[in-house]
Amino acid sequence: MQKISIDPITRLEGHGKIDIFLDADGNVANTYFQIPELRGFERFCVGRPVEEMPLLTNRICGVCPEAHHMAAAKAADAVYKVDPPPTAKKLRELLYSGFYFTDHTTHFYALAGPDFVMGPDAPIAQRNILGIIHKVGLEIGGKVIQARKYGHRIVEIIGGRKIHPCTSIPGGLTKGITEEERHEIEEMGRWGIEFAQFSLQLFNDIVLGNKEYVDLILGDIYTHRTYSMGLVDDQNRVNFYDGKVSVVDPEGKRLGKYAPSEYTDWIAERVEPWTYLKFPYLKKVGWKGFVDGVDSGVYFATPLSRLNAADSMATPLAQEQYEKFYETLGGKPVHQRLATHWARLIEVLYAAERIVELATDPEITSPDFRRVPTEIPTEGVAIVEAPRGTLTHHYKTDQRGILTEVNLIVGTTNNYAPISMSIKKAAQSLIKNGAVITEPMLNMVEMAFRAYDPCFGCAAHSLPGQMPLKVTIRDVNGEPVEVLKQHCE
Amino acid sequence: MSTNGKPKFAMYWAASCGGCEIAVLNTGEKILDVDANFEVVFWPVAMDAKYKDVEAMPDGSILLTLFNGGIRNQENEEIAHLLRRKSQILVAFGSCACEGCIPGLANLSSTEQIFKAVYDSVTSENAQNYRPQFHTTMPEGDIHIPKFYPVLRTLDQVVDVDYYLPGCPPESHQIAAVIDLVIQVLNGQASLPLKGAVIGAGQSTVCDDCPRQRNVKTIKAFRRIHEVEELDPELCLLEQGIPCNGPATRNGCGALCPKAGAQCIGCYGPANGVVDYGARLISAFASVIDSNDPEEIEQILDQIPDPAGQFYRFNLAGSLLRAGKPAWKQ
Repeated sequence: MQKISIDPITRLEGHGKIDIFLDADGNVANTYFQIPELRGFERFCVGRPVEEMPLLTNRICGVCPEAHHMAAAKAADAVYKVDPPPTAKKLRELLYSGFYFTDHTTHFYALAGPDFVMGPDAPIAQRNILGIIHKVGLEIGGKVIQARKYGHRIVEIIGGRKIHPCTSIPGGLTKGITEEERHEIEEMGRWGIEFAQFSLQLFNDIVLGNKEYVDLILGDIYTHRTYSMGLVDDQNRVNFYDGKVSVVDPEGKRLGKYAPSEYTDWIAERVEPWTYLKFPYLKKVGWKGFVDGVDSGVYFATPLSRLNAADSMATPLAQEQYEKFYETLGGKPVHQRLATHWARLIEVLYAAERIVELATDPEITSPDFRRVPTEIPTEGVAIVEAPRGTLTHHYKTDQRGILTEVNLIVGTTNNYAPISMSIKKAAQSLIKNGAVITEPMLNMVEMAFRAYDPCFGCAAHSLPGQMPLKVTIRDVNGEPVEVLKQHCE
Repeated sequence: MSTNGKPKFAMYWAASCGGCEIAVLNTGEKILDVDANFEVVFWPVAMDAKYKDVEAMPDGSILLTLFNGGIRNQENEEIAHLLRRKSQILVAFGSCACEGCIPGLANLSSTEQIFKAVYDSVTSENAQNYRPQFHTTMPEGDIHIPKFYPVLRTLDQVVDVDYYLPGCPPESHQIAAVIDLVIQVLNGQASLPLKGAVIGAGQSTVCDDCPRQRNVKTIKAFRRIHEVEELDPELCLLEQGIPCNGPATRNGCGALCPKAGAQCIGCYGPANGVVDYGARLISAFASVIDSNDPEEIEQILDQIPDPAGQFYRFNLAGSLLRAGKPAWKQ
């Protein structure tokens, strides 16, 4: 049987590998997407004091340490059964909104945007953030850099550091913010709302105004009808920091909502011997393999799934965009994975509006930012929405708060099965009867991947440009018959 | 690959979180200086990966390689050897490469203990008791993943290292200063530090950069930060009974965590001249204890809930201990 290895998937170098097997007729028999890395946090956090988890689990991911910092702090609250004061929760959510704003913006402009703004057929040399700057204007480059700086600044003000924040502890935070800092954050948030609206307008003009792009978004190749997952508040509105996890089926019907403490009733993770990463699925539905449909427990957890799983957005401008999104794309739920990029921009707007809401909250500068736990620590689960998916931290401790068991279901991991399916579908659509489509095929596979903003090695998405792919096609004896390259001079 | 006569630069991540890459990115305009002064030949997170191109280069043809991440698996080790061969100057960049960092705490466990925690967890569906296989035969053919090693090693436990740039992650202003220095060396305006030097960091301890007051006050008990009703924002955390790692930790970060009300956790590694970080920290802790009675001193030290983590949180893999018994026994 012929084997095509996409190895390395650069920018996931050392962190991802795709093998495509062809049958005797030259059609795709199967694909394997392997994650070649493991560090083992679930084991070596055992024995550590639970209050250190916000610091230790930061180091799972240097791109989204804020997500682990928050999930860990909330799980530690739960272990001690302590309810932090409102100011503490608001400060944490404010930090988190600043992080979301930066992270999503970077993804859109540096990685996803080029395919749409420049077009998937544009010359490789133009399909990057520099291409966007040339097309839209130099000013945009400065704005993207500004957006990055502002988000990091908010993280630094509340979290004490730009990378790997250090201030969340069980019961709250080690520090509050001053009126000066509050004012600075509010100003950045107001700028952020304008920038988010500008970005949505850009998407509207360039993408939605172009029938070719709209057809590409709505086309079958990037469509998967799976369950959608996302955290919602008590009014079923999208929330990144707290709430219950909503799950809707491929028809848009809500299967249910679960509290963090109920997650083991809902989620199971399939173990395969050929990869270091597990495949989460909905336990209530069951694992039926890498397939779509209402009987398959495969779900996805991305900006698109969060919009599908919620009833609305919690801020007015984002809500307007939410309504427009579903009107334009033919109602809920949306299964076309390329629409994720649009959903991501709607979340950028929500994050910016939320920054201003929280920064203007009268309680935000209160010195009442922590509560000392009084209960004996036992067990706790917490969930936040990481930009790349629902993030669950589950801890058990002894009576001193020393960890005895740790379970983590990390953002991108949720999407391991759907990403594998998207890769397979793209390969099947593009490789037929031994006929190989060259460069467009590689970018099309890449686009299937990129919608999920995967972060397997934890930093896959941060720098401008494309994901180079190299595909080696081998005959039955393992001899290379053809080598295709893209972005690999 | 183009050749433009500029010296060649590479950056690689082994077992890491990506924070080092973000810290480099956060240097902003310094990236442009790197681009102006170097030909970037290999940097997987930022550009095309070219293992084969690197292999094809003459030995020693890359002037400077910044290597972050620990050596966790076979692939990490192979790339470390490859880049050592091809580089004139190899820098262990960040805590993982320098001393193992948080993932080095895995060295307290055996591989099976790690696999069990991950693949037999409460949510794992693993009736077949699967463990990751280096080589798997699927119906369609064979597929491979790199071999997981029994212990995580630092870069200098695998290859010869020229310089160490500590921090988790290294602070962006420190990285920028090192980039400036290298450019000055290229222009003949400065000379390289001695081989083996720690660069991009201070020469003393975090306490020297910490604005909190030290009154040489002594303590009767260690306390955990979330259990303390009120912390004095002006006073040394250790003197308030919080086990702060400042006295043994190299400065360079600007004492960010103590300034934000949190204890130093030691991410910049051992201070200058410290052979054993844990031993230095224990003696610093012992010196603030208000007692001369060995039994009472022991009792107070016992209040530190996790000695292995407290004294070797970031540097277990790089310390004299390197690993615990379960990892060594395999």
